[in-house]
Amino acid sequence: MKQSRIMPGFKPALSFTLVYLVLIVLIPLSTLVFKSLQLNFDDYLAIITNERIIASFRVSFVTSFIASIVAGVFGFIIAWVLVRYSFSGKRLLDAVIDLPFALPTAVAGVVLATIYQPSGFLGRWLMDNFGVKVAYTPLGIVVALIFIGIPFVVRTVEPVLQEFDTTMEEAASSLGASRLVIFNKVIFPNIFPALLTGISLAFARGVGEYGSVIFIAGNLPYISEIVPLLIITKLEQYDYAGATAIALTMLVISFVLLLLINLLQLWARRRSGQN
Amino acid sequence: MSILLSNISKNFGQFAALHNVNLEIPEGELVALLGPSGCGKTTLLRIIAGLEAPDEGQVLLNGEDKTAEHVSHRGIGFVFQHYALFRHMTVFDNVAFGLRVKPKKERPSEAVIAKKVQSLLELVQLGWLADRFPDQLSGGQRQRIALARALAVEPNVLLLDEPFGALDASVRKDLRQWLRNLHQELHVTSIFVTHDQEEAMEVASQVVVLNQGQIEQQGAPAEIYDHPANAFVSKFIGQTNILNLEQNDMAWLVSAGISADNRHGAVAHIRPHNIDLEKASMSSDSPILLKDWQHLGATIRIELFNSQVKGGNSSLFAEMPNERFKQLNLNRGDKVVVNIKQAHWFN
Repeated sequence: MKQSRIMPGFKPALSFTLVYLVLIVLIPLSTLVFKSLQLNFDDYLAIITNERIIASFRVSFVTSFIASIVAGVFGFIIAWVLVRYSFSGKRLLDAVIDLPFALPTAVAGVVLATIYQPSGFLGRWLMDNFGVKVAYTPLGIVVALIFIGIPFVVRTVEPVLQEFDTTMEEAASSLGASRLVIFNKVIFPNIFPALLTGISLAFARGVGEYGSVIFIAGNLPYISEIVPLLIITKLEQYDYAGATAIALTMLVISFVLLLLINLLQLWARRRSGQN
Repeated sequence: MSILLSNISKNFGQFAALHNVNLEIPEGELVALLGPSGCGKTTLLRIIAGLEAPDEGQVLLNGEDKTAEHVSHRGIGFVFQHYALFRHMTVFDNVAFGLRVKPKKERPSEAVIAKKVQSLLELVQLGWLADRFPDQLSGGQRQRIALARALAVEPNVLLLDEPFGALDASVRKDLRQWLRNLHQELHVTSIFVTHDQEEAMEVASQVVVLNQGQIEQQGAPAEIYDHPANAFVSKFIGQTNILNLEQNDMAWLVSAGISADNRHGAVAHIRPHNIDLEKASMSSDSPILLKDWQHLGATIRIELFNSQVKGGNSSLFAEMPNERFKQLNLNRGDKVVVNIKQAHWFN
């Protein structure tokens, strides 16, 4: 039976989607695979098990992970404030959230490096008061990635919070629930899938981020050197095979991680009855 | 639990939602707060619940001043117009919520909770839906689950905000009857908000009529219907013909044998079923004609036309049982004599 639709065009729309994905995503990515196929497996293994490269993978994924979690917390609070309260300057704040989207990341990197370096005003203050060094350490990378990641969280959580039916809170309250319980058992479970999406977007972006990180990271081998920087370095040395080997590994890891996050989201949605 | 509201006022900005409301509700009653939209009935309900704080006045539950008490400590059950079920929880978890969030000392064991939830679901006749999510239920089912959830904590007062407002007509009719029976079974003091006078009359043991933030009348449905305190109540409850005697609607009353000396106010409200008819011969001098009639099922509505009334209300509606109308053997255009059995007079 032919199903009647109000909006026609399933076939052309799907064809367009497939052609687009092939041209823009699949062909470039498969080139990556083909390029690295020029290496035999032992060479490939030798490149990616290089200690410096393994260290850079650790730096990239650990800092991105920490930054995305922190951005999740901060972004959630910001989204909450934007949705729940009205105050003067709210529109301005709303516009400022998107700045990291619009700003060339290198600009962000230079600015962050300037304030957090030992002679910069935040850098000096943190050093003097807490003995914490931010710039030229993994902590600096985390700071840059939080900066980049927050708008992803805010913009995914905001609409869901907006749609949240606040009478559910009143219902919970009338049943004797405390504020903490209402947040934990009623609000958070409804927002969690969206928050997870925001965090995974921030994480994915963080792993690939280059411009804003390299200025503040200091790029010390084994300590604050990120994977994208190593890829660029290899390219500058005309070591295309080496660069693609690292890139492919990163692609696979990122893909697996995103798949896991998607499964986690699916589980969270199922559990809360949202299909 | 008895409820006493004294001098409640509430403003939203410039708008006075409630003005000096005093209300006493004895224990065990099923009360309807009835009024047109925007009259403040929902605000009053939310103030009793503690979801809204009054600007002035006190809320006393069982004689204790609870005005400053948070909603979570008032021991009330609240049913929302759009159910407000927790959509991330199953029906079972929804109903169990109030029991599970109790402080550790008072919290029953999971086995006791399960038993209680199951018996509540039986009470609302939806035991078989325990594992579903709210999104998978119909409106009527959701409303009953919301009620079961509110009853789980054994509230002293049950408050329902337009409980049937979002349901279609046939479901609404069933649920009204069901709510009435449930109240007879549980005897918990209950207040529900409605804008539907028929619903209020059918379900409630007491009706409170509100208009523009003030109480117009409180009483049993029969009392409010038979003895409306003022023109608003008379107009709002049931059908009524309004005759303004300062205009020349007086002709209707004269035609019905009520003289100008016999009037008790400036406006007469006459219920359609308080108007009786007799067929008049075509040669009689009665100025009243049967203009049209409609079949409403058990009753017939008759539209009367008075040729002596100029301007004002030249049409009047009467209602009578089917059999009586058949006996009268009336046709369109027949002359009739009108007998007004009862009128309510207002100034």
